[in-house]
Amino acid sequence: MPVMDYIEAIRLAMKEEMERDPDVFVLGEDVGVKGGVFTTTKGLQEQFGEARVMDTPLSESAIAGVAIGAAMYGMKPIAEMQYSDFMFPATNQIISEAAKIRYRSNNDWSCPVVIRAPIGGGIFGGLYHSQCPESVFFGTPGLKIVAPYSPADAKGLLTAAIRDPDPVLFFENKKCYRLVTGPVPEGEHVVEIGKSNVLREGDDITVISYSLPLHFALQAAEELQEEGISAHILDLRTLQPLDKEGILAAARRTGKVLIIHEDNKTGGIGAEVSAIIAEEMLYELDAPIRRLCGPDVPAMPINPPGEKFFMLNKDKVLAAMRELALY
Amino acid sequence: MSRQQVDSRHRELGLSDEEAVGMYKMMRSARMFDERVLLLQRAGKINFHVSGIGQEAAQVAAAWALDRDEDYFLPYYRDYGFVLSVGMTLRELMLSVFAKAEDPTSGGRQMPGHFGHKKLRIVTGSSPVTTQVPHAVGIALAAKMKGQKLVSFVTFGEGSSNQGDFHEGCNFAGVHKLPVILMCENNQYAISVPVHKQLGGRVADRALGYGFEGLRVDGNDALAIYAAVKEARERALAGGGPTLIEAMMYRLSPHSTSDNDLAYRTKEEVEENRGRDGVAAFRRYLEEAGIWSAEQEDELAAAIRKEMDEATRYADEAPFPTPESTLWHVYEGDAPQGGR
Repeated sequence: MPVMDYIEAIRLAMKEEMERDPDVFVLGEDVGVKGGVFTTTKGLQEQFGEARVMDTPLSESAIAGVAIGAAMYGMKPIAEMQYSDFMFPATNQIISEAAKIRYRSNNDWSCPVVIRAPIGGGIFGGLYHSQCPESVFFGTPGLKIVAPYSPADAKGLLTAAIRDPDPVLFFENKKCYRLVTGPVPEGEHVVEIGKSNVLREGDDITVISYSLPLHFALQAAEELQEEGISAHILDLRTLQPLDKEGILAAARRTGKVLIIHEDNKTGGIGAEVSAIIAEEMLYELDAPIRRLCGPDVPAMPINPPGEKFFMLNKDKVLAAMRELALY
Repeated sequence: MSRQQVDSRHRELGLSDEEAVGMYKMMRSARMFDERVLLLQRAGKINFHVSGIGQEAAQVAAAWALDRDEDYFLPYYRDYGFVLSVGMTLRELMLSVFAKAEDPTSGGRQMPGHFGHKKLRIVTGSSPVTTQVPHAVGIALAAKMKGQKLVSFVTFGEGSSNQGDFHEGCNFAGVHKLPVILMCENNQYAISVPVHKQLGGRVADRALGYGFEGLRVDGNDALAIYAAVKEARERALAGGGPTLIEAMMYRLSPHSTSDNDLAYRTKEEVEENRGRDGVAAFRRYLEEAGIWSAEQEDELAAAIRKEMDEATRYADEAPFPTPESTLWHVYEGDAPQGGR
């Protein structure tokens, strides 16, 4: 199985889907000649031409809105938001339009658009190049939201997103782009949207997370194993719709649940995961549900101590896991 | 104008007598529909109506200048004249007004005036204004990519023309010279706010900044609108890019059935503008051209009334959607077999 960077896997998914389906095209700021500010689309314009890998005006609502129009016509657009922080001008197009097109037309029209956006901090990006906006879109029925943690999942989920008949927000973690390398199955590889994935089997505590923090949890679990603490780790993979059965099964496995995400705590995905568990199996729990998340401040500062304070890391995750195990 | 000059104007534009008369019939249909629905609301039969009275002449004329078998349409909420002209029926509009299951625009989900009809290429719309402009641009982009000879036609009010999506969509269309026709129905009011508090300049002039043609046209002059849209369509198909048309008109009705317009404008002002009504003007034109008469007018009114009565009765008696159907069509395949 070839080994590649997370960013390469995203690029490969776009390349292969564009080769397979002439209706797939990419649009966004700097995606063409430059190949994206992170090089996510590097080489695609050379292969597919300017029309299918289109540099757009600096205009996020138009990027989303034009993609939505093209999707309603029957195309399969992939709209890139340069940073998820700059996605907010497009929020009306995403929430009022893309999410509601099938519903409001009573299934007459549909909107098979993919909106890719890099999330997360740890790159000294300051307030507006570091945010995790999942919770802004989470809770808007009609949208699907995915957030891969590995190269294989990045490829498989993006392929699934492009083929999906409904709008999908693809939140790729920019810290993972080159930090995370891994094997990716050769040929067609599709990861089903709506299904969570057990990354590690364990019996003492259950960690539920998505995106970058899963790497911290996996490292911490190895260390805790030496202390005799066995961690069960669930990757949500899809944030909307949440895999309720997968969440409950993982929680039942140990009866002690820690939910981790970089997005801030209040109103985050963790709140909903926690509520699902509490509604269905409160009396099966052996400890209160815990959450380890970004602090409730507007966004991450650029100064190194501030960024470090905001960001999760292996040590913070390990401490929270140990504390829960000892409860 | 002499009889001969009047006589030739529609033919010079390539419209036969039958087509000109057909346009007028559509304008009358839209007007009578609007008046009927206002009555239905006042009678308590329906909850809400948002009217297009005073704007029908431009709406119908624009539709006639388009290819009603190929082009894509993104009308805004006052465009009854437009959607009737591109194929919606009075019965369909009534089903929407009554929010019945069979309503083709939304299955009784959306407010009336939020059109959508895929078979007719009327693209589904929402209430946050002007979001449809980037959609029109996206459709034109897709059509161009697929090599299809068609245009997208989008309308909006002068108030809406101040939204970011208008500017973002226009600029995108200008950069890529896309086959989009943008028609601003400048009806002088955005609910209660008059145009002088809405616009510092002219909507049409903004086209200059986007690098395409912009023109102001008398929206009460159906043939002037027809000529402008027809030329815009030819330009678009020849690769000449978008056109912005600012159609000047007057909203004769209150904003909606929830609005008391005399709180912000006078009866005299409304009456003065009623005298400039484009539908009445087009009727006079046809009569002067000798292709329309008072008898034909009476026959037409009776025929529309009959169709309207039937449509009203049908929609009134049609079933509402089942309560459970509220859960359907969030995502593909989530409804029971045959659920619509």
